[in-house]
Amino acid sequence: MPRINSPDELEKIRNEILSQKDTNKPCISICAGTGCLACGAAEVIAAFKEEIEKQGLEADVDTKGTGCPGFCERGPIVVIYPEEICYLQVKPEDVPEIIAQTIKENKVLERLIYLDPSTNESATRESEIPFYNNQERLIISNNIKIDSKSIEDYLAIGGYSALKKVLFQMTPEQVLEEVKKTNLRGRGGGGFPAALKWEGSRNAPEPEKYVIVNADEGDPGAFMDRALLEGNPHLILEGLMIGAYTIGAREGYIYVRQEYPLAVENVKIAIKQAEEYGFLGNNILGSEFDFNVKVHQGAGAFVCGESTALMTALEGRAGEPRPKYIRSNIRGLWEKPTVLNNVETWANVPLILNNGADWFNSYGTDRSKGTKIFSLVGKINNTGLVEIPMGMTLREIIYKVGGGIPGNKMFKAVQTGGPSGGCLPDSMLDLKVSFDELTEAGSMMGSGGMIVMDEETCMVDVARYFLDFLSDESCGKCVPCREGVKQMLKILTNITQGRGQAGDIELLEELGEVIKGISLCALGQTAPNPFLSTLKYFREEYEAHIKDKKCPALYCKELISYYIDPEKCQACMACLKKCPSDAVTGGKKTIHIIDQDKCTKCNTCLDVCPPRFNAVRKISGEPVPPPIPEEERTIARGSKEK
Amino acid sequence: MSKIPLIIDGKEIEAEEGISVLEAARSEGFEIPSLCHHDKLESYGACRICTVEAEINGRSKLVVSCVYPVEKNLVVTTRSEKVDRARRLILELLLSHAPDSEQLRNLADEYGANKDRFEKEPSFCIHCGLCVRYCAEVKGKHAVGFINRGSSREINFIPELVASECWNCKECFPLCPTSALQAAYVFTAAQVSTTPVFEEDTN
Repeated sequence: MPRINSPDELEKIRNEILSQKDTNKPCISICAGTGCLACGAAEVIAAFKEEIEKQGLEADVDTKGTGCPGFCERGPIVVIYPEEICYLQVKPEDVPEIIAQTIKENKVLERLIYLDPSTNESATRESEIPFYNNQERLIISNNIKIDSKSIEDYLAIGGYSALKKVLFQMTPEQVLEEVKKTNLRGRGGGGFPAALKWEGSRNAPEPEKYVIVNADEGDPGAFMDRALLEGNPHLILEGLMIGAYTIGAREGYIYVRQEYPLAVENVKIAIKQAEEYGFLGNNILGSEFDFNVKVHQGAGAFVCGESTALMTALEGRAGEPRPKYIRSNIRGLWEKPTVLNNVETWANVPLILNNGADWFNSYGTDRSKGTKIFSLVGKINNTGLVEIPMGMTLREIIYKVGGGIPGNKMFKAVQTGGPSGGCLPDSMLDLKVSFDELTEAGSMMGSGGMIVMDEETCMVDVARYFLDFLSDESCGKCVPCREGVKQMLKILTNITQGRGQAGDIELLEELGEVIKGISLCALGQTAPNPFLSTLKYFREEYEAHIKDKKCPALYCKELISYYIDPEKCQACMACLKKCPSDAVTGGKKTIHIIDQDKCTKCNTCLDVCPPRFNAVRKISGEPVPPPIPEEERTIARGSKEK
Repeated sequence: MSKIPLIIDGKEIEAEEGISVLEAARSEGFEIPSLCHHDKLESYGACRICTVEAEINGRSKLVVSCVYPVEKNLVVTTRSEKVDRARRLILELLLSHAPDSEQLRNLADEYGANKDRFEKEPSFCIHCGLCVRYCAEVKGKHAVGFINRGSSREINFIPELVASECWNCKECFPLCPTSALQAAYVFTAAQVSTTPVFEEDTN
């Protein structure tokens, strides 16, 4: 491919690409994101290629592996253009029928389209599925339209037009003003206005400056950045280039975690393509702007998502944070002014420049503009990535987009903001999701993790889980984080194991206050949040664990017992046969009894007890009733229930 | 270098631009405790015991004085209820590892820290990093370093370097506030050397 040397040449090439595309020609897009690949998307893609070849349809049908559109719950996802027919959970054996019916006969396969479990209404097109049509998909919607490894596909959807506009029609000051007007806030967690960060670096006297993409996404259950970097890497590069032009940087880095091999692969391919086309290198598009990008793979430390730790790691040292009293946009990587933004922040930049600040500001709330991508996970029907306008309520996200809680269970809490965030109860469901509202409620936006919890979740254990994660991921440099978080974890573990004592809550609060107040970096400063927010909204659960040795959610193993109700047991042998520790005694016509000393609380008996008997139950905070005398255990009608 | 005016505990002082609040305070005779600070070494900001209250634009917050640069019109309070509470808890956390450290015990007396508040885990080392940084920054040897992270972080001598570099140096020994360093050294030296090092190691 010859290098593009001017804006006119760019448009010429774009037109050539578009002229070769027949918009009426069927195109089968198959999500090739990590989630769908794990569900067998690679086999589905291979099956399509094989079937198309077998039928001699190569000239009539295109296939492409695309980025993640977000509906991970129903992967592998296939969308057939131009009709935009969306097939879910497609298996290789479905492929011949799809080709025979949908491609050749233009018929929709009812069994593969979306069926709403609550209304029983079906939806043929992607845009008709409630999961999608309740979102505002400004950024992520392109993922399914392009082959993640093809720069031609990116150019075909208008790619690099924002870069062209910036380089040839705008001064860096004008770009800064435009971004400033949107008050675009950092999507990585802090919510700091991106334009202010850029301005600081731009005005810093040092001539050498850097821009960095923070793709060290590490929150448990969060994968927004992965999906963007895997699915649409050129979008991130374009945003980064615009940022570099604005602040005057000539070098950029993409810090991506090693655990994201596909993102690393796709972004490396994208950089190579951009270099070949002349979007990277010297004299980009003939504008005299020079810019190069390198990929740096993180070694797996969560703390390296913190900006100063990330820069220290980039410099080749152990990834430990440094004091931030002088901001890194003034003194960052190699002590030079450095703008570090999250993947999603950079992804917003080309959209803003293409469509203008006013367009961007039409989405969102007063102080939080645009959209935010969340990874909606946990006890939720529609697990996946959702992009919503700022200001949508938690209730709308969970029930309208997410489809509610599985198994008709009750909603208990939603955890936002990753390990540093907090848990919000049902009384907060009408909270409008935006930076300030979440912080005021005792949680935070964070990078966009959203974990839904149902009635069976123990909130003390949730706090313990996150503190365990953070204790493990603390770099160990400063005392409050290394030692304080460890002590908090010890106390929380004791509470969940029935060894809680009076005074524990107060000690946890004291530790929390000091850790928040004087830890070195954001990891430590926010580490007490999981405890503080669960205490704020679920204090009674802490008290039940400590005072009554009771886990109200019936979750903490050390605080629960399994019991077979002799009135209900039909001696069906199901639990007796399945118990892995031989803790169930009894027989064919003899009521079953759990030997509490042998029971490992694995829940198997409860799982296998037929719902019509419903004889096994969990008990907490009260003694297990003694077994009934042996002579009363025989039942006459037991034999029919084998 | 220009002079920066600031107030420490009510006293108006002027400090060199670029120095830390800790340095400015100590040069004026104010006492601020520290465990990981050393005049010959880059400020590290790990022990957090030199935390003070600083008022900027009418808003007061806790800052770590060894890494906080002096700022025009900064109002610093070196001791307050908030500061003492933070220092006390830090001491209590560290005393679980090094209950017999003289330096820690003296500070514990001053701040009313309870050395038995947290369960004892006598690993001795409090991760001040003085040995590691002194060896790297002053001696340029890198014979001792940190390994692991988080609560399993520890100091470790590099056996190969111990054999060649450490015997005639040992300058890090007196820096250690808990004597853990000597223990780590002797342990490593014993592993690489056939001569029983502990017999000679009496000074």
